Amino acid sequence: MKPGAKRLRIYKDTRGEGELFRRRAFAGFALILLGLCALVGRYVFLQVLHHDEFATRSVNNSVKPRAIPPARGLIYDRNGVLLADNVPAFRLEVRPELVQHMNDTLAELSKVIPLDQDDLDAFHKQLKQSRRFDSVPLKMRLTEDDIARFAVNRWRFPGVDVVPYLTRHYPMGALFAHVVGYVSRIDADDMANLDPDRYKGTTHIGRTGLERSYEDLLHGTPGYELDEVNADGRVQRVLETHPPVPGKNLYLSIDARVQQAAQDAFEGRPGSAVAIDPRNGQMLAMVSVPSFDPNLFVNGISSVDYKGLITASDKPLINRALRAAYPPGSTVKPFMALAGLEYGVRTPQDSVFSSGVFYIPGQARGYRDDQRYGAGTVNLYKAIYASVNTYFYKLALDLGIDRVSEFMGSYGFGQPSGVDLPGEVSGILPSREWKAKHSPKERNWYPGETVIAGIGQGYWSVTTTQLAHALATFAGRGVPYAPRVVMATADVGKPSTPLANAPVGPSLIKNMKDWQAVNEGMQLVIYSNDPLSTGFGTKLGDGFPYRLAGKSGTAERFSRTSNDYNENKNTAYLAARHRAWFEAFTPAEDPRIAVVTMLEAGAWGAKDAGPIARKILDTWLAAQGGAVPPHQPLPESAIAPASSAQTPPAPEDTPQGDMPAPDSSTAGDDVQ
Amino acid sequence: MTIDTLRIRFHRFLRRVLTRPRIDLPLAFALMLLCSVGLVTLYSAGGGSLPLVVGQAARFALGGALILLMSRIPPSVLRNWTPWLYAGSVMLLVVVAVLGEGRGADRWLNLGIMRFQPSELMKLTMPMMVAWYLHPRQLPPSWKDIAVVGGMIAIPAYLIGKQPDLGTALLVTAAGSFALFLSGMAWWRIGLLLAGAAGMVPIAWHFMHQYQRDRILTMLNPESDPLGNGWHIIQSQIAVGSGGIFGKGFEQGTQSRLDFLPEHTTDFIFAVFCEEFGLIGVCAILVLYAFIIGRCLWIAMEAKDTYSRLLAGAIGMSFFVYVFVNGGMVAGLLPVVGVPMPMVSYGGTSAVSLLVGFGVLMSIHANRKVHD
Repeated sequence: MKPGAKRLRIYKDTRGEGELFRRRAFAGFALILLGLCALVGRYVFLQVLHHDEFATRSVNNSVKPRAIPPARGLIYDRNGVLLADNVPAFRLEVRPELVQHMNDTLAELSKVIPLDQDDLDAFHKQLKQSRRFDSVPLKMRLTEDDIARFAVNRWRFPGVDVVPYLTRHYPMGALFAHVVGYVSRIDADDMANLDPDRYKGTTHIGRTGLERSYEDLLHGTPGYELDEVNADGRVQRVLETHPPVPGKNLYLSIDARVQQAAQDAFEGRPGSAVAIDPRNGQMLAMVSVPSFDPNLFVNGISSVDYKGLITASDKPLINRALRAAYPPGSTVKPFMALAGLEYGVRTPQDSVFSSGVFYIPGQARGYRDDQRYGAGTVNLYKAIYASVNTYFYKLALDLGIDRVSEFMGSYGFGQPSGVDLPGEVSGILPSREWKAKHSPKERNWYPGETVIAGIGQGYWSVTTTQLAHALATFAGRGVPYAPRVVMATADVGKPSTPLANAPVGPSLIKNMKDWQAVNEGMQLVIYSNDPLSTGFGTKLGDGFPYRLAGKSGTAERFSRTSNDYNENKNTAYLAARHRAWFEAFTPAEDPRIAVVTMLEAGAWGAKDAGPIARKILDTWLAAQGGAVPPHQPLPESAIAPASSAQTPPAPEDTPQGDMPAPDSSTAGDDVQ
Repeated sequence: MTIDTLRIRFHRFLRRVLTRPRIDLPLAFALMLLCSVGLVTLYSAGGGSLPLVVGQAARFALGGALILLMSRIPPSVLRNWTPWLYAGSVMLLVVVAVLGEGRGADRWLNLGIMRFQPSELMKLTMPMMVAWYLHPRQLPPSWKDIAVVGGMIAIPAYLIGKQPDLGTALLVTAAGSFALFLSGMAWWRIGLLLAGAAGMVPIAWHFMHQYQRDRILTMLNPESDPLGNGWHIIQSQIAVGSGGIFGKGFEQGTQSRLDFLPEHTTDFIFAVFCEEFGLIGVCAILVLYAFIIGRCLWIAMEAKDTYSRLLAGAIGMSFFVYVFVNGGMVAGLLPVVGVPMPMVSYGGTSAVSLLVGFGVLMSIHANRKVHD
């Protein structure tokens, strides 16, 4: 006997346990038999006592519920121009369980209705995923010819049917492809994540753009009908109908005319433009050039078309306004100037001397100005209108990177703007944290990086939407709104209800005098007579009834290695090397539109991207019915005192947190 | 002579196999019969689809191989592995809870080559763990032991119920509870716990998902949900009731043929069986199920030690839960929960995991007490 067993015996009465188990097993089995008897009782109840009733119901069982998918909500522009429509169409459907020889049937069928390889591939893929008694669509959008030819041959193809359905159509085609997006067929991956009850009978789902972000509102609730069917399962009669609830219609704040003008202004050159109403965050235009025809995607894009779109070198499928982030260049200078004023590091009159090159004290590397021999004595106004780098190099150094990134962050740089469209990227806001996270080898921040951050170079990258959002926030006297494309929704046949879009916070501006000063500087970009002005000779403001304020930006894609300033020497090379930006808002005193344009291969911001912005503003104005009230020109003076007719709303009591003392210096910056 | 030696050896071998086979032949035959009935029903329910039947037969074959494999692992070895197997299953459940993927209900774990449901594993490791815990203790169990076992059951049952997979949570709880019941837990304690559980029902109702409440409400009033579960219940009852005493005959069931009965190869396949084979068929298959359960309990009674006894008994008794819950659901007696009819419903993991359980029974049988 093993010692272990002996020890066990002290505690356990093995024989008694066995007996106990035997009793329990019998008791358990008795209970199980009792349960099974109860089950048999229920079956006797159904199969013997109520057999006649159920047998009758089985014979007469000819009623089947059928889900009726809801009509998808329509999408309109702000004036009721239709952007996304539902049009009736016919498709060919196959019920696999009624087809004996699938391949023969398809071969025969293709002689009646042309089926291309894409149709067949999609059909076979879906056939594998669906049940035998579920209809599988074979070919969408049949022509009348197809339907007529099939009608005479229908008897040869049991289980194949022509079925009417509503399909999505985008009347404006490419113009709104990036904003409205498109719907496409629901696939197996979608099925896994969808509520099967809500999507019963629905074949399409919003894939990109608003169609995706507002899927929930656009979709609606399905209804059902009770159909009487015959022995083959064909519907004989509809007994009862519970109609579906259609999805909500959407009204965009975008005006199709402004959108069209914006797209035309690019003349096919890759780039993007965004216009926002600073008073409420509503988008007035958003274009990304080049674009594509969203109608191609609705019923399954052919592989040839798709290959063409994804291999195109200028990537028409990407919404540049949301997904392309580039260095903002000089367009950040007004924000830098504002930061200098708001932190009390500068007054508008404080000037620096621009000699053409800026040196960080104690360092040999020079940071260049655009003007070879400098712009002379430069105050805030001149710094903005002549885009003087030296002023902002020094300002950035005086502010220090922490205050620069804090201030820029508050205007939304480095984070998605929160627009109601999917797929927005964050861009990059230069900061110690960003660098520590993204460049693990070199974690320290150097003053040189602060210097170039001051002119929108270095790590910086922003999207057109982000910059437009920041500009609109500034133009709207610092009140931040999340940009919104959808302005209102409406149930079918009911008046529309506006979507509320409250500001996301109090005004960011502490002192309206600062706002006024930067605003003046930006007006001088358009109106200054100084030949050093970046807008000089571009005539951007000519003939426009409202006062404009703007700023150009020309971001280098590669840093300059020679001292060659001859811009005419190789324009083609310059064009490929630069991103041209232009930001503008109007009326300068009380802004109602802020627009940002970006040209991917523009040589200079004001000359190339500026006219696009102007064309957008012209169309916007025309759509408004002209200027109200007529414009009165303001006196032009580089050092005009900041005296505006309107008194800004009391800025003193807006809490802004601790304001750092002007001299709390850049000590933290000197890591080297 | 060599021929004689060979003959003697062969006879000795035959006697050993026949007197001490590793496989319990009555149980094996009953299972084979059940699987055959299942395949025949599936053929009819699937509308004569052969690939469906072949796929299911392949799973049965895999299950059979696993029975042979499991029968070679002695219960003592299994007992040593038990805590690890249990801990592993719980960990997998936690992993699924954190990063699972699946259709609506997150209960699958993607292993790259195949998807795998850890809750299936729990159906076996749960009674193993309870048996392992009670094995060295003095039986009948004290309140303390009952509390510990309760915890062992509650944690995985909670994780599975939260997935949400109420059916499997029920099966796992039942498997653990049966082991406790068989260990001889006093009747008055059982009564007390059941009364307590009945008192908890309103609280459980509060914590249920809306769709789970809907299922219970739908069972009480099937007409209220004409597109979903109510439709299932009505059509299922029509199928069962119209079958009558003798049934409509093989491949003659109109309810599934004409596509009135949803899920007629999986959860509601028993309705097809009832429609085609009638009350006679129902009684016959229930007798077969009862025989299998009885045989399991017989094997348990012959087992050598407490661990084997409790494990074998719990596996056998939880088999009953499948039959009762699915049979009750099809007849409109119980709400719609995802519990398959064992060996009849189409579907891989549950059939295989059930057969692995029977493999454990075979091993317990092979290592039973020696009477003489």
